[in-house]
Order: sequence, then C-alpha cells, then structure tokens
Amino acid sequence: MIAIIDYGVGNLFSLSHSLKAIGEEAVVTGDAEAILAADHVILPGVGAFGDAAKKLRQNGLDAVVKEAAGRGTPVMGICLGMQLLLDRSFEFGEHAGLGLIPGEVRPISEVIPQDLKIPHIGWNPLNLARPHPIFKGVKPGDCVYFVHSYYGAKCDDSVLATAEYGAPLTAAVGRGNVCGCQFHPEKSGDVGLGILKAFTEWNGQ
Amino acid sequence: MITKRIIPCLDVKDGRVVKGVNFLGLADVSSPVKLAEYYSQCGADELVFYDITASAEGRALFTDILRQVAERVFIPLTVGGGINTVADFDRVLKCGADKVSVNSGAIRNPDLIPAAAERYGSQCVVISADVKRVDGEFRVFAKGGREDTGMEAVSWIARCVANGAGEVVLNSIDTDGVKGGFDLQMLDAVCRAVNVPVIASGGAGCIRDFVTLFKALPRVDAGLAASIFHFGEVQISDLKRELRANDINVRL
Repeated sequence: MIAIIDYGVGNLFSLSHSLKAIGEEAVVTGDAEAILAADHVILPGVGAFGDAAKKLRQNGLDAVVKEAAGRGTPVMGICLGMQLLLDRSFEFGEHAGLGLIPGEVRPISEVIPQDLKIPHIGWNPLNLARPHPIFKGVKPGDCVYFVHSYYGAKCDDSVLATAEYGAPLTAAVGRGNVCGCQFHPEKSGDVGLGILKAFTEWNGQ
Repeated sequence: MITKRIIPCLDVKDGRVVKGVNFLGLADVSSPVKLAEYYSQCGADELVFYDITASAEGRALFTDILRQVAERVFIPLTVGGGINTVADFDRVLKCGADKVSVNSGAIRNPDLIPAAAERYGSQCVVISADVKRVDGEFRVFAKGGREDTGMEAVSWIARCVANGAGEVVLNSIDTDGVKGGFDLQMLDAVCRAVNVPVIASGGAGCIRDFVTLFKALPRVDAGLAASIFHFGEVQISDLKRELRANDINVRL
C-alpha cells in the first residue's frame, strides 16, 4: 500500500490515478497510522513553500514523514514535496524544511539567463547524475514535465538528476531511502509512470 | 533544454468532440476520451479541452468526461470554455485539469485572473485571446470571436500577464481555418510583450507551418491545432520527427 500524504495542498487526483494505472494500490490520507503502516510514502505538493510547510506542521505530519523516513520506508517527494524534504527555503522569506536531504530552495532566476522564461515549464530531458533505482527504466533523452520557479540548490552529492535550462537545475534528489522529483512523474507520460513504478518496486536500499 | 510543445485542441460539445473528426483506426472517432488517449500515445505534449456547451447538462457531462480523461491520460491537461469564476477553476481542477484557460470570463471580469492566480498560482492560469486585425491594430474579440471588444490586444495580453496569467494562447482569427500557416506577425508582437510561454494557435495547415513557426519565432513555446490532427492530415509523430530533423528540440 502506498500512502499519498494529504495535508490540504494541491490536487491529488492525477497522482492517485497514475498509481492506479500502474496497478498499485494507493490511499490519499492525512492519518498518521495509515502513513506509518504504508510500504511507500509519497509527499506531493503545489503552491508556496511557507504555506505548505505550515500546513504539514499544523497536522503534525512533518514528524510523521520523518518517522516513516527514519524507519526505512521509501519516501518520495514530488515538486513542492521534493523541496519540502530539503533543509530550508527562501521562497517569500525563509522557512525551515524537513531536513531529510541537504539543500535549500532558491529562485531559478538567480542561476538562469534573464531572457529565459519563468516558471520553467514544459518537457525537458533528464540528465542522470548517478544511478538510482527509481531511474532504472529511464533512457538518455527521456523527457519529463516540469512546472517550477524555485529549485533545489546546494544539494551536492544528493543530486540524482538535473535538467538543463540555462543552468543545470536539480531535477531529482536522493539520500538513503528518501528521494524527490522536482518534475511531475504523474504528468510525464510513460516515462513518468515508469519512474513511479520503479519507486513502488524499490525497498529503500 | 526545454522542448517545443505540440498541443492538439479538442472542442467538446454535449460530450462529443466536434469539428468533424475523421480518424482512421479509431472506432469511436468523436469520443473525447478515446481521442485523448490516442493523442497521448502519438506523442502529444499536452491536451487542451474546450467546453463549448451552453447547457447545465452539457457542463456536467463535460466535467464527467474530463475526469475520465484524467484517469487515463498522464500528460498535462488544459481546460477552457465557460470559465467565469474562481468556482469554475475549482470545478475543473478537481477533475484533473492542470491549467485553466480563460477568455471571455477575463474580459467581463478583470478580477478573475488575479483572484485565480493568487489561489492556484500563475502556472495554472492561461489567458486565451482571440485576436483579429481591425483598422490597422490587433483587437481582442470576445464570445468565441463574434464580438469586437475594442481593446488593443498586445497591451491587453500584457496586462493579463502582469495580473497573474502564466501562459498565453494566441489564437489569430485572421489565420484560423485558412491553413496557410500561423500568424507570425501577431505572434511576434505578443512574444515581444510578455515573458511567459506563448502558444501559437490558428492557421496550421501542414507540417511545414510548424517548422516555419519555431524557426521564425524561437520565443514561441508551443503550437496548437485541432482539425489537421483530428482529420489525420498531420500525424503528431511525423510532425515531431520533421521538427527534430530541422534542429528544433522536441520530445520524441
């Protein structure tokens, strides 16, 4: 069973149906027991970091995600959910993240040329930085769908993949049994479904 | 680097795709769900659904179809038609839409774009503009291109973007249906005025028109078309191969 964490942020329709489409059972839940009982945990999210971090904390779900991660359960953050895994964010002020993966969330505008449009929106090829079980089916040139104006900076050796947009932007991070995708696998066609499938088959090792 | 997007547009009325779909290899050629699945398999980068029904029954049917599409098709979905309030945004987003496109609703109610952008983020709000040349200027038209609003189009689109629209669909009424190519002059004017993605719509008649579009205007992000895809005159897979052969970055 996969737990998709529901903390009142974003639309979980496509994510839960994409898991159903690859034959996985998923439950959308904000219940601590259900999350801790799950074999895999997904932390989704869209919107602003500060608001999302606050909602996660208000429901006590920050501690639940950390506990699940501490028990060795494979955890995947998606989009803002990936950013929440990092140490802190500088989106509209400074906010603390979960600190499960080193790094901080900074505006894309700091690193890309001025003439490029923000948000970084559309399909961009993944450049794999190091092998990881969630990318076992990804081939060179495979594209995934991005929508974001902030990115994971200073993730150092936790960077699993980047996407070139005037600068190599962090596309995925991983450390131990915790990983995250800046892009939306649930909106990235067969490549994205393959990444989700690989995540559900991963035991976190 | 980011790829150029190819976007089929499906006009849906009373639960069916209109514009005379004429496809080989599809049993039910006017089922929006079947057509969406087909396009996704062919390599479409995104789909746009326009709800052109007026009745409440039609609207409920549309929402139901949208849900069925989003359960089966895992690429970005943009929905437009009949979006007049933030509640309309909510209705289609809950059914799996990723972006919502506004047109007449934004003309009637200038607060719609800022209110929706604040609630759902700019990446979710698309301004779709129907534009036509009148007396030597680009004019915004409302009500499906039937009513001249008297507003100059480029400055109006720029204002919508400043108010929070995160993407522009520019539909040239002058080239729409003519199949003589996209309206490069109009697109260029809009691309110079905004720094968000611009989607070209209206005028595509053949593969060459897309090559010309992206070669002539590198700041255009996507090409949208309806009937040439529905009629099978242009296959998306062929189109993308030809774009790649012309050094235009696409997702294959």
